[in-house]
Amino acid sequence: MVVPGLWCGVRLHATPVSMSLYLTELVLSHFRSHKRVQLGVDARPVVLFGANGAGKTNILEAVSMLSPGRGLRRSSAEEMTRRPEALGWKLRGGLVSLGQGHEVETWSENGAARQVRIDGKTASQVALGRIARVLWLVPAMDRLWIEAADGRRRFLDRMVLSFDPGHAEAALAYDKAMRERNRLIRDEVRDPAWYAALEAQMAEAGHRMHTGRVRALALVQEAQDQAETAFPAARLTLVQTEGAMPETEPDLRDALADSRARDMAAGRALVGPHRTDLQGVYAAKDVHAKDCSTGEQKALLVSLILANARALADRIGAPPLLLLDEVSAHLDMQRRAALYDEVCALGAQAWMTGTGAELFGELRDRARGFEVTDSGGASAVMERDLG
Amino acid sequence: MSSTRDIDALIEMMAKLPGLGPRSARRAVLHLIRKRALLLTPLADLMQTVAVTARECRRCGNVGTADICDFCTSEKRATGEICVVEDVADLWAMERAGAFKGRYHVLGGTLSALDAVGPEDLRIPQLLDRVMDENVSEVILALNATVDGQTTAHYIADQLEGRVRLTSLAQGVPIGGELDYLDDGTISAALRARKDV
Repeated sequence: MVVPGLWCGVRLHATPVSMSLYLTELVLSHFRSHKRVQLGVDARPVVLFGANGAGKTNILEAVSMLSPGRGLRRSSAEEMTRRPEALGWKLRGGLVSLGQGHEVETWSENGAARQVRIDGKTASQVALGRIARVLWLVPAMDRLWIEAADGRRRFLDRMVLSFDPGHAEAALAYDKAMRERNRLIRDEVRDPAWYAALEAQMAEAGHRMHTGRVRALALVQEAQDQAETAFPAARLTLVQTEGAMPETEPDLRDALADSRARDMAAGRALVGPHRTDLQGVYAAKDVHAKDCSTGEQKALLVSLILANARALADRIGAPPLLLLDEVSAHLDMQRRAALYDEVCALGAQAWMTGTGAELFGELRDRARGFEVTDSGGASAVMERDLG
Repeated sequence: MSSTRDIDALIEMMAKLPGLGPRSARRAVLHLIRKRALLLTPLADLMQTVAVTARECRRCGNVGTADICDFCTSEKRATGEICVVEDVADLWAMERAGAFKGRYHVLGGTLSALDAVGPEDLRIPQLLDRVMDENVSEVILALNATVDGQTTAHYIADQLEGRVRLTSLAQGVPIGGELDYLDDGTISAALRARKDV
């Protein structure tokens, strides 16, 4: 039997297999560059290496599609289909979640919305979120701290979603009610009762979103504070683009009502959780994350992902699946080795990519290695030793 | 000219019905042709009749074959309670349960600024008139637990506040449901709506 953590020499902190979350098999059919690929894995981390454009990140994206949402690239179902066939795509995963085996299938035909089946039964994406918690770090997030706030909000909401799969419903309900209200504003509708009705919906969903974010941030902060890690801790706070976020549902409802005239002038809602930003400070140096070096910014992100995983392990009993795309970029050798040790100690099945096997040499037999190549217009995957 | 043109057209038409695709429409049409006397001819006659006689009740918006539906004319239904539903399918669902003995009001949709459906496009003004005219003691808002449904419920509640008792359907654990399988929102709603035992 495969025991996560056994290869790390730090078994003390590893998650027992009966309480872990990992894929045993992943099958990709007509997904992006992959015509048909079947990967048999165990609870150990998985390393995918190969040249640029070989299809490594596509495999990570496939794993991310086993959780709710649009995956790590935020693509539409149609964009994921393999060309030129354009037949639609299908993914199948054998998943062990807290000691129970599940077969998860998700697919899309003719660009239609993706479907989900768990153990042969049609299921919702929220149901998927309950058995498969997935966190990811991709190169596009390297500029997270210096780019626009919506990227940080998505990062934050992904953290919240990992603790509370119901967060997606609150966010969707809030977004729907806000778009309805924005349309009223643009159409210059003057019916106060209609505004009030929509603001009540926004307040109810928006308050749920905000409390979920505050709670998730506290859990991640606590996990960071308690960890002995090679990665720098970030001090995280939620800030509003202007003013303060109303703390209660009635306060948010009142703030939206008070802001109606201003919102009409601006053409959109100026108050609410859609105006929240995540601010990070490199705690040891007391420097804003946006002012840190590229390497430090990356280290902060890795630190947060690991803290999120630890907090989740404490809360639900298993660390999530981690997808770390090109994770070694911007990390020096010491930090890279520390990352691998921490992933193993956590007992997380981390799916990592890089251009060469040598980047993962420190893992040796603690991980499964696969080389991804482009073979005549389709990606091919072969198992390789990392040592 | 194809010898199956009419049948193909019928299949195409049937495939547009909710719940039917091309394959099930073909099966249904084949079945109707095989049972011509028993099903096809009576069905065609009935469809022709309903096409002429079906109309919306002028008072509540229910579908029937008279200007005022049976619910609105029945004295037994004059309990002072009006149940507001989104569409006729919801009214039928309530009737299937057999638990409600009052009258209905069918809105014909929900408020949606994005779909350009405003209060005047729904039967909300008629509802306000009925509350004034029909000696109504309670309005039960039986609208879907969606953003549009709840926005509409909130809007109606605002219009009727202080004029009549307003209630809405409870939200929570379904009969036969197991807590472990419920989503967080439903469990929270059920907890908020808990009652003494």
